[in-house]
This record gives sequence, structure tokens and C-alpha cells, in this order.
Amino acid sequence: MELIIAILIGFLFAAGAYLILERRLLRVVMGASLMSHGVLLFLITAGSLKRGLAPILVEGGEEYVDAVPQALILTAIVISFATTAFSLVLAYKIYHRGGKDDLEKLRGEVDAHDEHRNE
Amino acid sequence: MMSTGMSSNLPMLPILVPFISAILMLFFGKRVVAHKIIAVLSTSISVVVSFYLLIVVLKEGMLVFCASDWSAPFGIILTMDLFSCIMVILSGVIFFAGTLYSIFTIDYEQQRNDYFVLVLFMAMGVNGAFITGDIFNMFVWFEILLVSSYVLMAIGSFRKQLRETFKYMMLNILASTLFLIAVGVLYSIVGSMNMADIAEKLATLDNKGIITVIAMMFLVVFGIKGGLFPLFFWLPQSYTEPPAAVAAIFGGMLTKVGVYCLFRVFTLIFVGNTAFTHSVLLILGIATMLIGVIGAVGRFRFKSILSYHIISQVGYMIMGLGLYTVMGIAGGIFHIAHNVVVKSCLFLTQGITNKISKTDNIKEMGGMLAKYPVLGWTFLLAAFSLAGVPPFSGFFSKFILIQESLAQSLYWAVIIAVAVSFLTLMSHIKIFLYVFWGKEKTLPHPEDNLRRNVTGALAPCIMLVTASLAMGIAAQPVMEVILEASKQLMDPNYYIESVMSIAGRR
Repeated sequence: MELIIAILIGFLFAAGAYLILERRLLRVVMGASLMSHGVLLFLITAGSLKRGLAPILVEGGEEYVDAVPQALILTAIVISFATTAFSLVLAYKIYHRGGKDDLEKLRGEVDAHDEHRNE
Repeated sequence: MMSTGMSSNLPMLPILVPFISAILMLFFGKRVVAHKIIAVLSTSISVVVSFYLLIVVLKEGMLVFCASDWSAPFGIILTMDLFSCIMVILSGVIFFAGTLYSIFTIDYEQQRNDYFVLVLFMAMGVNGAFITGDIFNMFVWFEILLVSSYVLMAIGSFRKQLRETFKYMMLNILASTLFLIAVGVLYSIVGSMNMADIAEKLATLDNKGIITVIAMMFLVVFGIKGGLFPLFFWLPQSYTEPPAAVAAIFGGMLTKVGVYCLFRVFTLIFVGNTAFTHSVLLILGIATMLIGVIGAVGRFRFKSILSYHIISQVGYMIMGLGLYTVMGIAGGIFHIAHNVVVKSCLFLTQGITNKISKTDNIKEMGGMLAKYPVLGWTFLLAAFSLAGVPPFSGFFSKFILIQESLAQSLYWAVIIAVAVSFLTLMSHIKIFLYVFWGKEKTLPHPEDNLRRNVTGALAPCIMLVTASLAMGIAAQPVMEVILEASKQLMDPNYYIESVMSIAGRR
């Protein structure tokens, strides 16, 4: 079980990294959200995976599932949902204002003079 | 002398004050005046509260708050030792100055779009990160302050701002991903999220190698947030685009949250292999200060020079952590306190010059000293303080750091630290010469109320410079508090015992 999940995490990270290196904004956002999915799976695997068990230690019972990682990923899911939503809005705004969906064209120079200061 | 921890609800205060007032503000809709009044009130209450907390912590020792009374390793805890307390005071002062300044400089349209609400939510996130005693909770506070900072950076929706926000955001999402991975690995080893518990369990662990690996992961995560070499590349561009008030809060406070976390984890959790980890920190610190200051030399954009100096000053703090002695850490903390105040002040004065001249390029400014003498001298005093001229606070923090490196015979570090100070002074003199001295340039049409706004915006700048001067003149009492904080940090058992001795009712 752990092995399958580990391969899946690796796949998600590889795909995420590939997408983040793309030039189009939307793909970068997708890449970041795939990576955060990978991390969520990683967190739940870190608490060791067991099938068919409840996260409660009943009297006389030996085995139980660690509930903490589940609480953690629940929090992390909410956070990654919020950041993904915001980055989608941001990407849309950039496209809307600049008419571009290309990171290459969004390059800025630190010392570039203020050509659009008061746009 | 040091009493062990006390269970108390007080650590909640620095989080609750901005939180409640931000929510209160939302009820006022788009009424800017109400927003301003609540923001100023709330931030000034935060300052008072943080000083009150300092008095309590000095008297009673560490304060621990167990959420819903679950005792230490099981529930989330908030802790407040002296170091957290110092950081909370600094955040209180910076957010107060930033809010005052924003009233006079931020555009009406941005203020109407909940600018102050976001500032207060960010203050909540910053204070939370300083206070929490739970490593996952720290991640959550980081996200709270980051989400507010994304919006604050993008507010106004200029094309440049949006562009930089996107990069800043993507970088921080990646850093957060790494943070979660590090937390996950740590959890799979010790099975706990409580920092005191983790520290206790790691000390008894046999496999030291994996601890060092996790330590390096945390170093990368907090290094990105704090702008450490070689992870600072994002900082100069990101901090040049937002308005000056926001840049001051970012440059003064947000990078220091990363530095605070480095101090916290490398004095509490990862202390098993200091020969390796703290040497890495020392070398990174020195490299950071050198590269940062060299980056500033060739720049001619006011904000970008200041941004590079943020990086170089972070180097001094990390150098203090890398020295890893009571005096070294104390020097690092003193430098944080000094730098937070002075850096914000420099950014604020930059904002005023930008408002007057409508440009950010120092070559296009000139002769402002004639019309705005107070502004010019405020800037010069803050710059002297940053470079380390006595009797300002910068002199004392650097003096302690250099003295301690001499005591450890790290002569190469001393040489670089002193050289960087000179370069810092040089690059601020460059700004002063271009912007304030020389022939007066014809300035563009002044906007309405410019005089009034400049005078109003100067008040927080003068306040911050005075704070720096006061820290320098009263260096002895300030140093005593900081030494005490540093002793607490250097003794992880104090933290662990204080947290573990608190018995919740469940």
C-alpha cells in the first residue's frame, strides 16, 4: 500500500514540477496545485496507512489509525484550496489586464525605469 | 531566578486584538474613516498589550496557553517566552507605524478596498507565528500571513504589481510545500507536532543523520522566507512593487518571521549536531550579508537598494545564530530588534520621497533637503543607524556580534562583517547625495494636500528613528532583557520543562 502511494506521490510531484516549469500561467497554477496534492498524500502516508480501521483506540483493541495526520491534511486541504483559488484569480487578472498568458513576457527588471508607474 | 512556565490565557491577546478589530472593521463596509480609526486604535492597543506581556513574562517566566485545556503534547499550545515577547513588541510597533503611515499615503481607492483589514489580518498571522508552540500550527500562521500579504501586494492591480505578486505567490506555495514535507518527515519520526515534545524526543533518538536532513529542509524553508543566501533571489523584485507602507511592513516584519523561525528551531529542536548545522548557518549568514550588500552597490532604484540591504542585514542575524553562544544569540536578537525598526523607517522615508518626486530612480531626484529638511535628516539618521554608527542601536548589535566572533577567533567573519558595514554606509550616503543634496530638480506638479500628507507621514518615521536612538542610548537595560531571552533560548530544557509541566484539565 505504501509503495503504491509512494509511486503516486512521485508521479504527482513530477507532473507538478513539469507544469511549473511551463510558460503559461494556468499550467503553473495547475502544477502548484498538483504538488500540494502530492504533499497531502505524503502527510497521510507519514502517519502510516492501515485499511479498515477507525481512528479510535477501543478497549481491548490493539490497532488503530493515527488521527493526527488526517486532521493535518484537512487543514492543509483548506489552505491549498484557498491559495489555488486566489492564484487562479490572479492569473485571470494578469491575463485580463495585460492580455498575456505567458510568463516569459512577464519578466521585469529590478532597475527598469518606471514606464508604467501611473498607468 | 527563572521561574518555570505558567498557564495563562495572556498569549492569546496579541492574536485576538487584531483579529477582533479586523472583523469589527468588516461590519463598517466601505467606510474608510471607521477603518482608519479602528486600525489605529487596534494597533496602538497591540503595542500596549505587548509591553504589558513583556512585564508579565519578565516577572513570571514563560507563559503557556493550552487550547481547550488539552495538556502539552496532545493539544495545540501557544507559548510566550522572552524571545517571542520581544518579537511581538516589534511587530506591534511596526504595524502601528505602518498603519499611521498608510493613512497619509495609501490611495483612497485602495483604502476603500479593505486595505486596513488585510493589514490587521497580517498582523494576526505574524503574531501567531511568533507565539505558537506547535510546528504545524506555525505552518498555518505562515499561510494566514502569506495570504494577506499576497492580497496586500496585489492591491491596486497595477500590471507590475500583479506580475510580481504571481511570482512571489508561486515561490511561497513551493516553500509551503517543502514546509509540509519537512513537517511530515518529522512527524513520521517522532509522532508529535508539539515543538517541546519533538525536541525532547529527538534528543533521545539514535539516528542522528535523519535529524540533520530534516534540519536542512527547515533551513531551506525558512531561508526562502527570510531571504537567506542563496534563496533570496525573489526578494528584491517583490519588495519593490507594493506601496511604501506595505513594503515597510514586508521588509521590516515578514522576512524576520523566517528569521525568528530559524532561531526557534535551531535553538530548540535541532541542537544535536551543532558542529555541522550551526557552521552551515554561520557561513550562510556571512555569505548573505556580503552578497546582499554587493547587490545594492550597482542599483539606482531607491527601493531596490533598500531591498538588497534587507538581505545583507539578515546575514548579521543568522551570523549571531551561527555563533551559537549566549552572547552570539543575544547579538542576533539585538540586531533583529534594531533592524526591524530602522529598515521600516528607511522604507517609509523612501515612500515620502517617491510621493514628492513621483519617481523611484535616485538619479532623477535631487536637492530635497532644501524643501524637506526633516525628511532628509530622518533618512540620514536611520541610514547611520543601519550602518552601525554610535550611539544608534546598530552600533551595539554589531559590536556584540563582532566581539563574540573575535572571542571565537573567527577573524574572517569579523573582516567581512566590518567591510559590509562600510559598504552599507557607502550605499546609503550615495542615496543621500543623489536624493537630498545637490541642485534642486524641478519636481512634477504636487498633488493636493502634499504638504499635509508629508508632514503626517513623517510622524511614524520620526517615531521609529527615535526608537532606534533610544535602543542605542538605553543599550544596557535593553541588553539585559535580550541576554535573558538569549539564555532562555540557549537552554532548551527550560522551554521543554515549562511546556511539559503545565497540566491541562484533560
